[in-house]
Amino acid sequence: MRDPAWTRHVPRLVIAAVLLYLASVVVVPLLALVKTVLESPGEALAGLLTEDALGALWRTVVVTAIVLVGNVTFGVLGGIVIVRDSFPGRRLLDALVDLPLAVSPVMTGLSLLVLFGRDGWLHAPLAAVGVTVPFRFPALVIATLFVTLPFTLREVVLVLEELGTSEEQAAATLGATPWQIFWRVTLPNLRRATALGATLTTARALGEFGAVLVVGGAIAGRTQTATTFIHTAMEERQEPAAYAMSLVLAALAIALLAALERLQAQEDT
Amino acid sequence: MSIRVQQIYKKLGGVEVVRGVSFEVKSGELVALLGPSGSGKSTILRMIAGLETADRGEVWLDDRRVDHLDVRERQIGFVFQHYALFRHMTVGENIAFGLDVRKVPKDRQHTRVRDLTALMGLSGLEDRLPAQLSGGQRQRVALARALAPEPTLLLLDEPFGAVDAKVREELRRWLRRLHDEVHTTSIFVTHDQEEAFAVADRVMILADGALQQADTPTGILDHPATEFVARFVGDVNVLDARTGGGRIVAGPLSLETDLADGLDVHVVIRSYDLKFWRDDVGVATVRRVLPLGDRVRVEAVLDGGMPLFAQFPRRSSLLTGVEPGSRIAVEVTHARTFPATPAA
Repeated sequence: MRDPAWTRHVPRLVIAAVLLYLASVVVVPLLALVKTVLESPGEALAGLLTEDALGALWRTVVVTAIVLVGNVTFGVLGGIVIVRDSFPGRRLLDALVDLPLAVSPVMTGLSLLVLFGRDGWLHAPLAAVGVTVPFRFPALVIATLFVTLPFTLREVVLVLEELGTSEEQAAATLGATPWQIFWRVTLPNLRRATALGATLTTARALGEFGAVLVVGGAIAGRTQTATTFIHTAMEERQEPAAYAMSLVLAALAIALLAALERLQAQEDT
Repeated sequence: MSIRVQQIYKKLGGVEVVRGVSFEVKSGELVALLGPSGSGKSTILRMIAGLETADRGEVWLDDRRVDHLDVRERQIGFVFQHYALFRHMTVGENIAFGLDVRKVPKDRQHTRVRDLTALMGLSGLEDRLPAQLSGGQRQRVALARALAPEPTLLLLDEPFGAVDAKVREELRRWLRRLHDEVHTTSIFVTHDQEEAFAVADRVMILADGALQQADTPTGILDHPATEFVARFVGDVNVLDARTGGGRIVAGPLSLETDLADGLDVHVVIRSYDLKFWRDDVGVATVRRVLPLGDRVRVEAVLDGGMPLFAQFPRRSSLLTGVEPGSRIAVEVTHARTFPATPAA
């Protein structure tokens, strides 16, 4: 009745099932994309080398870079504040930070549109200083900042909670100033958390679609990003250009993961 | 450097954990703060270092009042219970940190690190990370790091709490030797009385945030000031007794005394201040005989029901015929008496 030979295969079956699942939902679609592009490489390259496509890609890179700086700065400082300080509303802040994970990006875009739009609270004050947000470049940055908000902060909070304050206290007894403690003790201990948060942020910023579409409008040459370019190209039946851009984004994502893996391997030695 | 603590108080989370503690430590002394967990000993240490602020009271280093100063300005070396080494820095960088933040020239840092690693038996480990060291080595790095800026006072919070028993023994001897060489005034916190007595010149015993007694190890063992101290520093029997006719009577036992008649008292008897021997008349019955390595613990019940235990060397002639169920005679060689209701 109990067959040990059969039970011995259970772990292998589970591994096989996982691999099969991974292959069917990740690897095969990616390979299909590569195959399609390779079938007519000239067309794909031509689609990618248009002014609109290159502009969209460049815009995505610039938005990602700005968001990365903002996200990491906010993540590190915000994480320290949430873990180390106590003030009324700290728990509320802690919960609010996760909101972007729960809210659909489309809703995010929509609420930004309401906030910065013609009748929005922030429209008049910004207009007074000559800044328009909806359907302009700043909209892309704000929307992407919002959706990536918790990534670095969450990692930093986890590490800080585990770390405690004893190293910082030790540094203080050894005569370090608060500034020296931050730069030489706290920050180095957050290196790994920051790298992980930055990777997640970059991946999300490169791939963000819903929020930037709604608040940015995907206007070619102005607010179109790599993802919204793909969307537009598909609608206009420019498949080769869409596939080529998808492949570029996939390559960037894979490079990013590889970099993170290497960084972690380095830290472990 | 001498240190004087005067009437310090501290409330943590609504509980008064330190209640009016005062003491002095002379320059070059090695003193233990001994007490059960929750007695306030670590909090006192942290207040001296400036990691906590006293609610009331004063801390003086020589003629300088320091309780209002920032941790950084006090220049007190502190060794943390779980080392608190900087995990991303090498052993050398850890030790040099206190010099580096004070902008000591690099060549002097190197000399100091070299001297300290040699002194601590850490030579050759300068480029390791803390994660690559054993518990004992980490503790010595923590000590070297605290000593590097040449603090006038060294505080150690349960310094051997996180290492196993054998390493602990070694580190104790080693701390004592180090102190005899360096002579930095030092205070260490421990809950282990054996550790306190083995290492310190003087031991201060704390309970419930108040100082019970401060004396040499021998002084405390021979003349415990309170029942708490007598109970805390050793395996003891506590018997309810009453004085009468110039004697203290505890069940079938009676001891001479010069206390007045009619008092309720507690008689505290250490497990090695008793003699048991086989006597078929006797005053007690043996319940259990437990071998504890080189010693044997004998548990008995006095006629009348009070339990009593004693320890003997394994080959003691007193143990002849002493086994569960046998009747024994009891002699008390040394006892201390405390009022049953502590005077308010």
